[in-house]
Amino acid sequence: MLLKANIRKSLEHFTLDIQLSCPAGKLLCLTGPSGSGKTTLIRILAGLESPDSGSIHLGPKLLYDSEHKCNLPPRKRKLGYVFQEASLFPHLRIYDNVAFACEIPSKVDALLSLLGIAHLSDKTPAHISGGERQRAAFAQALASNPDFLLLDEPFSALDIKTRQSLQQQFLEIKEELQIPIILVTHDLREAALLADQIVAIEDGKRNDKWLDHFQTSSAITTLAKTLPF
Amino acid sequence: MDYTPLLLSLQLAAVTTFFLLIFAAPLAYILVFHPMRGVSFVESFVGLPLVLPPTVFGFFLLILMGPEGVIGRLHQTALGTPLIFTFGGIVIAAMLHGIPYAVQPLKTTFSKLDRRLLESAAVLGCSRTSSFFRVVLPNSLPGIASAAILCFAHTMGEFGVILMIGGSIPGETRVASIAVYEYVEAMRYKEAWQLSIAMLVVSYLILLAVNLLERKNHAA
Repeated sequence: MLLKANIRKSLEHFTLDIQLSCPAGKLLCLTGPSGSGKTTLIRILAGLESPDSGSIHLGPKLLYDSEHKCNLPPRKRKLGYVFQEASLFPHLRIYDNVAFACEIPSKVDALLSLLGIAHLSDKTPAHISGGERQRAAFAQALASNPDFLLLDEPFSALDIKTRQSLQQQFLEIKEELQIPIILVTHDLREAALLADQIVAIEDGKRNDKWLDHFQTSSAITTLAKTLPF
Repeated sequence: MDYTPLLLSLQLAAVTTFFLLIFAAPLAYILVFHPMRGVSFVESFVGLPLVLPPTVFGFFLLILMGPEGVIGRLHQTALGTPLIFTFGGIVIAAMLHGIPYAVQPLKTTFSKLDRRLLESAAVLGCSRTSSFFRVVLPNSLPGIASAAILCFAHTMGEFGVILMIGGSIPGETRVASIAVYEYVEAMRYKEAWQLSIAMLVVSYLILLAVNLLERKNHAA
């Protein structure tokens, strides 16, 4: 399924005006300076904020359309969302957090094992490390069988060793997920490592020239130049 | 010494607190997380018992709950009995008068919740109702307990509103605060002392519980 969005929203200092599309099985990375509208954009895709106008389609499914006055609430969009700092439910054990939107015990167990946190099932989020919480957040997001996945700087709060380990693990999982994935990151090395497409945003507009300022990695430049749109 | 008024006060406070929380928790949730147009009007209305003299509030309730009032007539039609001068009547009056004492602490508790938890629940497929039960309530238990204790304490001390709606029917509406007033009026100081000391002990224990709970909340 193709996730296709054409979004316009007036923000305090600029207007977010973006078109993007991400096919199933691909990871589109949104990057750009702080306050450029990246997080607002994925919050709009999730239905946590509303744009002023535009449309969002996931394959044949209409998630938002200002002309047809359609705006599906987040719970009907069937998505996975991993926040910058894992927002696990503090009153639930890790197992129950992962099972929050999934009632199939074998799937919960499989995800806990896949992400290497099966031994933490009975602990609460307050009693595990930041990296472990983020792994649990990934498991929670994937447990609901999402149609698309949104990641808002999920690795940025982790120390370098944990970050690299989780990124590597995510790369392996990503291959199995045949859904569109959108990742917000400031880290261009992370973008080069994980992304199939990179979109740079500056002041709410697409500005791929922004990537030229950061030619620290030839991989980034190559990726940026092979963007299909 | 007749402890019936004290037991009646405790019974009234327990029943009122129970039903008040069932009503106030969803209201506070809507006011904090899903405020609609006209929310200021609702909040001002909810806060009225804080500023109106209890006798004035009780007078309005008497009109509403009396045989010619909307609530009184509904009750009469449904159950065939009048509402005023009954235990049920003073429960409703105490509930309406106690609304701000439940809603305000619940609002404070709910507004301290991390909103990302609700966003997380929403993207995981939870409806607003489901989020309320699965996320908001379990993460607000100390605040709910504080609100319950405050409601209980406030109802224990109710006087004016109860007197207007319930009068002073022994075993039915004659709660401790009214009994003390009547003992003093009849110059039966011994009974007034005994009942007042009992009320003082109960009230102190309630306040102690509130303070201990708040300390625990701050520590958490």
